Amino acid sequence: MYQRDRLNSELSFFQKIKEIDYTLLICIILLSIISLLVMYSTDGGEVLYHTKSHFSKLVVFFPLMILIAFFNIRHWHTFGYIFYFLIILLLFYVSFFGLKASGSQRWMDLYLFVLQPSELMKIAVILCLAKYYHRIKIENVNTFTSITLVLSIILVPIILVISQPDLGTSVLIALSGLIILWLGGVKIKYFVYSFITFLISLPFIISFLKPYQKLRILTFLDPDRDPLGAGYQIIQSKIAIGSGGLEGKGFLKGTQSYLDFLPEKHTDFIFTLFSEEFGFIGSVGLLILYTIIIFRIIRIGALSRSNFSKLFCFGFAFSIFIYIVVNLSMVLGLLPIVGSPLPIMSYGGSSMLATMIGFGIVLSAKINRKQTIA
Amino acid sequence: MIKENSAIRKSDVINRRMFIIGAAKIVVFAGIVARLFSLQINENKKYLTLSDKNRIREWKLPPTRGNIVDYFGNIIAGNLKVYQLHIIPEQVENFNYLLLRLKTLLNLSDKKIQKITKLKNQLKPWDSIIVSENLSWSQFLKVNNYLYDLVGAKPVMTISRNYPFSEMYTHVLGYVSQPNEEEILENEIVKERFVPGMKIGKLGLEKTLEKQLIGTNAIQRYEVNAYGKRINQLEYQKGLQGKKIRLTVDTEVQKLSAQLLLNKAGSISVMDIYTGDIIAMYSSPSYDPNLFLFGISQDEWQLIRNNPLKPLINKTLSGLYSPGSTIKPIVALSALENNIVNPNFKVKCTGKTELYGQTFHCWKEKGHGFVSLKNAMKQSCDTYFYEVARLLGVDRLNVTAKKFGLGEKVLGEYFDNEKSGLFPNTNWKRNNLGRGWVLGETLITGIGQGYIQTTPLQLCLMTAQIANGGYKIKPKIIVNDDPLSLENAKTAMELQSLQTPNTKLFNDPKNIKIVQEAMFSSTNEQFGTSYRSRIDDPKYQFAGKTGTAQVKRISKRERELDLKLEQIPYKDRDHALYVAYGPYKNPRYALSIIVEHGGSGSKAAAPMAKELFKLIIDRDELRDKQSNFENINI
Repeated sequence: MYQRDRLNSELSFFQKIKEIDYTLLICIILLSIISLLVMYSTDGGEVLYHTKSHFSKLVVFFPLMILIAFFNIRHWHTFGYIFYFLIILLLFYVSFFGLKASGSQRWMDLYLFVLQPSELMKIAVILCLAKYYHRIKIENVNTFTSITLVLSIILVPIILVISQPDLGTSVLIALSGLIILWLGGVKIKYFVYSFITFLISLPFIISFLKPYQKLRILTFLDPDRDPLGAGYQIIQSKIAIGSGGLEGKGFLKGTQSYLDFLPEKHTDFIFTLFSEEFGFIGSVGLLILYTIIIFRIIRIGALSRSNFSKLFCFGFAFSIFIYIVVNLSMVLGLLPIVGSPLPIMSYGGSSMLATMIGFGIVLSAKINRKQTIA
Repeated sequence: MIKENSAIRKSDVINRRMFIIGAAKIVVFAGIVARLFSLQINENKKYLTLSDKNRIREWKLPPTRGNIVDYFGNIIAGNLKVYQLHIIPEQVENFNYLLLRLKTLLNLSDKKIQKITKLKNQLKPWDSIIVSENLSWSQFLKVNNYLYDLVGAKPVMTISRNYPFSEMYTHVLGYVSQPNEEEILENEIVKERFVPGMKIGKLGLEKTLEKQLIGTNAIQRYEVNAYGKRINQLEYQKGLQGKKIRLTVDTEVQKLSAQLLLNKAGSISVMDIYTGDIIAMYSSPSYDPNLFLFGISQDEWQLIRNNPLKPLINKTLSGLYSPGSTIKPIVALSALENNIVNPNFKVKCTGKTELYGQTFHCWKEKGHGFVSLKNAMKQSCDTYFYEVARLLGVDRLNVTAKKFGLGEKVLGEYFDNEKSGLFPNTNWKRNNLGRGWVLGETLITGIGQGYIQTTPLQLCLMTAQIANGGYKIKPKIIVNDDPLSLENAKTAMELQSLQTPNTKLFNDPKNIKIVQEAMFSSTNEQFGTSYRSRIDDPKYQFAGKTGTAQVKRISKRERELDLKLEQIPYKDRDHALYVAYGPYKNPRYALSIIVEHGGSGSKAAAPMAKELFKLIIDRDELRDKQSNFENINI
């Protein structure tokens, strides 16, 4: 008991600073700088709207991350369910009163910036499920009630997000949730069975898809069937990346993006621009940076004493991994186009906010790695 | 403690399962790196090419046509700077407003506006539409003044064909104009080089020499963005001007020809009798080819088309005429060559001759009395030639006429509107008309009437070949690489006749001499038909033969009336012809003149020869000096 008390005793401010994971922090700072440079390039080599906006978001969210890190992980454990329900409320709010843009309704105007609650849900679902599996007895994990409960925790936001409609984000929320289920000890055979069921029901799912979503899948299978329409993005993206070569065309010299051949170059296709200008070497370098971040987070999870920290770190690491894989596969033409940003790199406040909150909690877990949570 | 245990067990599960995923992550990342490698390293070249194709777009500019110059290096078809107004649709903000502004600025017609709108829908947004091909300087200034209000309009300075001697050379050069769809598809070169605003030859040498004249496009390479907007120019590749072509024609002679035929329908051709160089070739009336450059207006076109003197017909090459008495030198030569007559053979002309109950009239009602060959030629006695033709027969006459180039195209490879004419024989009539030859037809063929049809250029060539002593020459209008001097041309001609016997057109040079002398007397001796047009100065003295071709049969009543020219309706008047060569002592040039419905050859055509010979022979020396092509700087 004494030991636990000693471990759980609050650290002083300087101890906290000492305990921060500087490797992770440096990697995040490095990534932020790269993202700013790339944003500067998308603006055509000038400090224009996107660069300024991205910079101001970094300026706000980076201290927010540090602030979160300085709170004890216990508080984030306490906050888990509330955060989840708060985001659910926001999702309901946007489905009624949200801003509409290009055919979907997924934003809310907060005067300072436009918030996309579905992005925050990616974190909220991890936080919520991490708390759930932290608290449940391992014997009860595979009971019917437990599984029903966790599935509904995942399904409610997914349904809300799909109805916006936003297939990409809902898939990412689902994957983030499922990974916690996996880590939490849900029987492997359940995963196998449901995967088989999913494959069998795939044709039915496809028949429920919206025409534009079907088109995306068809386009993915053969981008040349409509090179100026649906296939345009993926063809131009492949041209940009492929023409980058080993060393790239050089900073600010990417013709594909500079001449506006790349659509969505600020957001989902930011990697394409990066890869065109910095080539294979730069791309692999960026990938290594992400890998370091992911494994650093996993390491923090592994060092953590509480299962909540472990579950959150592992779940968050996996989520980042999934975001990267889905985004890169999309721009490299390996997956159909689903809207999914590249963490930190892509322009977009909500995605960055979610990621920074995640990093903050991870850093907090590192600082309080010896903390046990009842 | 149970709770503790559970937490530790749970932690084990979490760590174990994380390890499985961690391994999977590495595999997936490796897959992504592999994909990057394949795109950026393996297929780099392919995507680089695609990227360049994306961003670089070429604009072709109209090629500059080669100049055409006369023998002395004067430009007769050149290029002129013109001011144009183009619209680039992608740069236009408000198309209707722009058109409205331009309409008031340049007084465009509603039809033109419709045409522009139609073009806009057909062309790609970055292709320029030509609003006006030829702005006047004041219009150009006006447009430039209001340019701030004309977003998307672009004043352009470009080069366009120009014919400085306007109508002088139309029937030689033809003209250029916008190609139609068919012409673009037909001609590989035109198809390859076509850009809006390019013009191609529609007629004459401009058409037949298209491949040499057209030149190559200048190319502008621009970097464009995804919307096709030009960002910056990467390269400007200069085009090559088309080949310069030098013709054998002499503008001064051509000008005189035009002046002589002013307000008349007819043709004048002048030829070098040794080299075959065509020195002048004018068909009257002519029209201004510059009118066609930017699209001829309906009114102007109707004016040309409805002119009763038929300016659109190239009379020198495609006008078919009965040669009339101008054929007589060939008839005489043929008879001499075939030993039908000798110079002393005489026929008594009573003004008419009867054959099978049909009367054949001599032009002189009272008759010429006893005439020899020389006198018959001199006074153009028809009766004599009826008799000679009867003795000779049309088939033997046909052989001689063919040798001298009658019935076949002279410059066929350069002018697709040239006609070959016709010199009949018995076979021809049987094959084409299905009836047998009648002796009476031989008689009228002997005086150049009947089925026989010749072009003025054929008559000129015929005369030239009599003048040069009976050698075949190849007429040409384009200067070869190495023009020959007079002496060299003469020797080359004679040398060639030894090598290829069929270029020698006679058996006995004496016969040619007799015909030449007869033609001399026709012009230079009293009672000769063109005696009044003679020049006594031996420097200019020429020999010729008049001809008067009936365009309709003269009825008995008309013959008795003996109407004056002015009393006969224009359409029924005879064509006046004249063929001649000179200087007689040392011949160099041959010419043929035809004045449609001009009356008699001696009155209407022969006087023109006098003027022409004076000028041609005066310019003879000058012409010889110009024979070396390198000396000409243009």
